[in-house]
Amino acid sequence: MARIELSHIRHSYKPNPKSDEDYALKEVHQTFEDGGAYALLGPSGCGKTTLLNIISGLLKPSEGDLLFDGTSVKDYSTQDRNIAQVFQFPVVYDTMTVYDNLAFPLRNRGVPEDEVGRKTRDILELIALEHKAGSKAKGLGADEKQKISLGRGLVRSDVNAILFDEPLTVIDPHMKWVLRSQLKELHRQFAYTMVYVTHDQTEALTFADKVVVMHEGQVVQVGTPDELFQNPEHTFVGYFIGSPGMNILKCAMNGNQARIGEHTIELSGLGNPPASQNTELGIRPEFVRLTEAGSGMPIQIQAVEDVGRYKIVRGLLDGLPLNAVVPEDQSIPESAAVEFDTQRLNLYADSWRVAREA
Amino acid sequence: MDKTLNNKAWFMVLPVLLLVAFSAVIPLMTVVNYSFQDSFGNNQFFWAGLDWFQELLHSERFHNALARNLVFSGLILAIEIPLGICVALCMPRKGIGVPICLVLMALPLLVPWNVVGTIWQVFGRVDIGLLGYTLNALGINYNYTQDWLAAWITVVVMDVWHWTSLVVLLCYAGLVSIPEAYYQAARIDGASRWAVFRYIQLPKMHRVLLIAVLLRFMDSFMIYTEPFVVTGGGPGNSTTFLSIDLVKMAIGQFDLGPAAAMSLVYFLIILLFSWIFYTLMTRDSDSTANASKGGSEA
Repeated sequence: MARIELSHIRHSYKPNPKSDEDYALKEVHQTFEDGGAYALLGPSGCGKTTLLNIISGLLKPSEGDLLFDGTSVKDYSTQDRNIAQVFQFPVVYDTMTVYDNLAFPLRNRGVPEDEVGRKTRDILELIALEHKAGSKAKGLGADEKQKISLGRGLVRSDVNAILFDEPLTVIDPHMKWVLRSQLKELHRQFAYTMVYVTHDQTEALTFADKVVVMHEGQVVQVGTPDELFQNPEHTFVGYFIGSPGMNILKCAMNGNQARIGEHTIELSGLGNPPASQNTELGIRPEFVRLTEAGSGMPIQIQAVEDVGRYKIVRGLLDGLPLNAVVPEDQSIPESAAVEFDTQRLNLYADSWRVAREA
Repeated sequence: MDKTLNNKAWFMVLPVLLLVAFSAVIPLMTVVNYSFQDSFGNNQFFWAGLDWFQELLHSERFHNALARNLVFSGLILAIEIPLGICVALCMPRKGIGVPICLVLMALPLLVPWNVVGTIWQVFGRVDIGLLGYTLNALGINYNYTQDWLAAWITVVVMDVWHWTSLVVLLCYAGLVSIPEAYYQAARIDGASRWAVFRYIQLPKMHRVLLIAVLLRFMDSFMIYTEPFVVTGGGPGNSTTFLSIDLVKMAIGQFDLGPAAAMSLVYFLIILLFSWIFYTLMTRDSDSTANASKGGSEA
């Protein structure tokens, strides 16, 4: 296991990148601590897989350095880096049996056969394919193949890190939960450094201790699931995490007062008001209180979605879309208004959060 | 369930029926007809029963030609398949090199058979041919009109030059269809170059290789034009393959009965070998499919 440091990594798939636009990864400076379980979260095309392939050595970054436990490994081959990686789509060696597939990474490294046998059987048990050990991998179903891919990643116990590139995409939902908790269990047991790429926030939040949110080739926030929920550093994190995402409302600043249309909201603890004109208020739907008209800001309700444990109210506040989460038993008033929990309000200038004292 | 009777349907299949009848069934049946009869020209035929077949199967001339054909096809497969795989592995996967390589590879395939024969016939001549003249100037005794070994080497090398491209193109198609993730996984698993070939590339090329082996076997077993142009079946009978012998018999000697019998046997041999190759090469994948089926039931 190792501590992985990405030092000012930039990568472009073009031979002569000129502007920032040409970079798939725009300056990533990030450390993955030894034994940590990380999730790389972001929409498709944000550079997650690129970052993963740079760590494993399948890609050489255009700029920057990569260190394992303080040693630069930028010029090391994939094999020398000793990384395990599981891909989005299952890769199995068709002509080999399930057992031989799992033993393959060990045999390639000259591990003695009795140890190969022991480890392979452990993994077979873990992925629950003992009964298929002797059959050819070719005829198996997609989820069984992916379990073999996963197993090949887990079979080497001396790896520096295990990287997962959306490994559960092809697995059916029930099996997803089982496999994910098994991975989590493995992490607790052996303290592997794990990096898990996904675009599914539930997957990221349940798997990882720390979530790295990426957006357009940049890391926008690193934090625990709770931090990402409470204080999104960037409006993107706000609406990408949470269901529904954070409400982002354009506002005008006047000293400590934020104005939305004709409503004014006092923001406490604001040191210097931001200089930028491009300011927005962010509030989680969970912290929007729905009340009878009269108190608070009137809202025009457009739809109510009952999702079981709570209801989502979708409405318009001064023409701006606003969602609120209300308890299952609360009735929805005819003419409604909303109140914001001002402690939970975040102010954003040019999409980045403006710090406030508590 | 009642069967729907609709005699109009016969009119629908009639065009195809006629086409197949005139292109395949009638010519084939004519040959079958000839093979049981003796003819002295003038469209006079006499029943000969199985005589021609018995004579053929005991004829040393037929045995020798068949043996030559088998050795020739064996050599062709042993050279062209591995060579084709090697060349395909070395071809670039992207960039300007791809179209250049593909065009270069396709060129020999576009040359008509008898032109290929003529090219090599001239190329190998000891008086004016670049190859023949050079070899002799270097002190190597090479003359395909006198030496059977030189004739064989010329014919085999000519076929390799002409047809390896086909194997290359088929293998290349198989190789480029392998997803990048397989190579990435192999690098992560620490697989050697040989292991990548053995466990990823070769299994993924399995189907195209089956086609390549079948095509190259059938074509090489039926080869006629090129050796006919270069050596005319000589020196002696050393490069007289079944097809050359057949033409001699049918047109040279006008022995229609024996030639027809030989055609049928020739046809059945090709069919038999193709079936053997096909069965051998698909057996493996079938057995795994069955095994996994059995496994899931268990």
